[in-house]
Amino acid sequence: MLNRTADNVARATPEPLAKRIRGISDKGLAWLFISPTILLLLAINIFPLFWAIYLSFTNYRANRPNEVVKNLGLANYQRILGDHDIWIAMQTTAHFVFWTILLQTVIGFTLAWLIDRKFRGHAFWTTIILVPMMLSPAVVGNFWRFLYEPQIGLFSYVISFVTGIPPTNVQMLSNVELAPWAIIIVDTWMWTPYVMLICLAGLRSIPEYIYEAAEVDRASNWRQFWSITLPMALPFIMLAVLFRGIENFKMFDMVNLLTGGGPGSTTEVASITLKRQAFESWRTGYSSAFAIILFVAVFGLANIYVKALNKVKQR
Amino acid sequence: MKSTLKLALGLASAIFASTAVSNVAHAEDLTLCWAAWDPANALVELSKDFTKETGIGMKFEFVPWTNYADRFLNELNSHGKLCDLIIGDSQWIGGAAENGHYVKLNDFFDKEKISMDDFVPATVVGYSEWPKNTPNYWALPAMGDVVGWTYRKDWFSRPELQKEFKDKYGWDLAAPTTFDQLKQIAEFFQKRQIDGKTVYGASIYTERGSEGITMGAMDVLYSYGFQYENPKKPYEMEGFVNSEKSVKGLEFYKALYDCCTPPGSSNAYMGEGVDAFKSGQVAMHMNFAFTWPGLQKDENVGGDKIGYFVNPKGPDGDQFAQLGGQGISVVSYSDKQESALKYIKWFANKDVQAKWWSLGGYSCLNSVVKDPKFPSSQPYAQAFLDSMAIVKDFWAEPSYAPLLQASQKRFHDYVVAGQGSAKEALDGLVKDWTQVFQDDGKM
Repeated sequence: MLNRTADNVARATPEPLAKRIRGISDKGLAWLFISPTILLLLAINIFPLFWAIYLSFTNYRANRPNEVVKNLGLANYQRILGDHDIWIAMQTTAHFVFWTILLQTVIGFTLAWLIDRKFRGHAFWTTIILVPMMLSPAVVGNFWRFLYEPQIGLFSYVISFVTGIPPTNVQMLSNVELAPWAIIIVDTWMWTPYVMLICLAGLRSIPEYIYEAAEVDRASNWRQFWSITLPMALPFIMLAVLFRGIENFKMFDMVNLLTGGGPGSTTEVASITLKRQAFESWRTGYSSAFAIILFVAVFGLANIYVKALNKVKQR
Repeated sequence: MKSTLKLALGLASAIFASTAVSNVAHAEDLTLCWAAWDPANALVELSKDFTKETGIGMKFEFVPWTNYADRFLNELNSHGKLCDLIIGDSQWIGGAAENGHYVKLNDFFDKEKISMDDFVPATVVGYSEWPKNTPNYWALPAMGDVVGWTYRKDWFSRPELQKEFKDKYGWDLAAPTTFDQLKQIAEFFQKRQIDGKTVYGASIYTERGSEGITMGAMDVLYSYGFQYENPKKPYEMEGFVNSEKSVKGLEFYKALYDCCTPPGSSNAYMGEGVDAFKSGQVAMHMNFAFTWPGLQKDENVGGDKIGYFVNPKGPDGDQFAQLGGQGISVVSYSDKQESALKYIKWFANKDVQAKWWSLGGYSCLNSVVKDPKFPSSQPYAQAFLDSMAIVKDFWAEPSYAPLLQASQKRFHDYVVAGQGSAKEALDGLVKDWTQVFQDDGKM
């Protein structure tokens, strides 16, 4: 019935149009469909990347379009790699990435493991846990700034209640020692649910019969966890770490909203430095070189990590 | 039927005509770009007279201070046509002039007989001239502004506090005239209970993101003897920026921050300062004079409760204050430069300037500020006049942005984060600024 209808439609198609349709090969049709996307990618991803690479070898400044652009060779790269402040920003970024990933993975996996027990009301608690992840970083940054406020902030009062330290002395965003942790706490609060979701998917993918076999072999819960749960969920955990690592390496919004990189330069992560160089100091060539260095670093590290991830998956 | 048709045609024509007329009027509208703050509201009110007189409508693009520079410098750098007129910050003048963002106004001033001699000299140098101290004008002084101080006159006049203060420091509690006095007062009020509430000494600028801590620290450093460069050899900064006196000034600013500011004041600028003063948290408050009309009207802290004083003197008796404020310029990418120039001509008028002051704007016209009635026209008028007589401004070079970012970092690292010493901060600043000028080929 369907074939007959198709035949009828084909016969009814005017000859010139039918010729034109027959003229496009499957490959041509495929290119026709994907070409808008490719053009868009070239325009908004590939071209800016190559343009930034070109600019990184020049002294170009976006706020001085009339000035002659000089080729500096590798001078921008040399200056960045020898800049003490840049290395401090990279250390701050590394500290932030390390601690957020560690905390989010440990707490996220623990929560996933608990949720996977399927206790009464687990669906409700899953939804509650996911709420922070659904909020906009701008909202989160702003309300945590109020929570951290030493004179009226709830966080300061809770700390004061627990420790007996006056709330006005709990200056999470002004204190050099505490400010990095203030950001780590907020990022962990917001993104642990994301890690939990990925880990939960991993835990749910472990076939039940493996645990049944382990039970038959009288393996303890501890043994089951170390020999079945963790190894089988490991690719998922590693995937979560990869996603969060890339995200946090280029973290900007939360830091900008909470501390703006301060006090001093204590929380000035690489992306804040990059923004300052590019859009406040208008060193476009210099900041392009810095952006390329960051891109290569993230790309290189992510590639090494993905290879490790593939090895774990193949085990 | 015929009459119905006529009526319909008439209505259609009327609608078409009114739309066309409104479109023509719309096409003549000027857009003025500025920061979103109280004086901008006064300017909206004032500009209604311009529309009445000329038929040219006014639209406004106001951006909060924290994004003001980013937003409008991007607009200018991209040769955008959003702004026909712009009230740009004083430090932009060098870059805007050299990069061709502003229309040079000399010929226009000559033609319209607008004389820069009619304006307060410091505002002409600060807001209009590039290169500085040369008769090349790129803006008309529009909004005079300067960093000064407000204080709680009602607290200062309490007999029990006066007595305690005199016993402790040996002089009468009153608006300070030196920075040492200011610090003593701030220490006296810090964490004091007043009307059952804990209050603090002073609110000062510590903001990191834009220009806050630089404006605040410079406001003190000038009076301690800080100089940007060797007056005899431009761009020579060693021994001037990081002189012993400058080091003492920066150490004082840090000491004031450490001893006497409210908790959590590590990123405070104009808005946070106003909030601290309005909420009755602080005895003294550093801020630009534009905040004063609003504070004067405030029900809780205004009226008789507030007093104003000029930036105090340094240890050697030098007294300077950080210049704020802006000039109004015609954007060279605007298609409506003729109408925009009409606005400038109208704005320079004596009566318009007098009304500008009465609405809450700070006129820079001599005939307004030198009027014998001016000092008594508002409680803060005298402090404003005295402050405007002692102003100094930050670099207005085309590279002002990297120069500012360097000082923001160095000052915040030392004052707020406590990293290194004042000497190290200022030595670092000399290094950073030297690099900027070398990149510009000026050294």
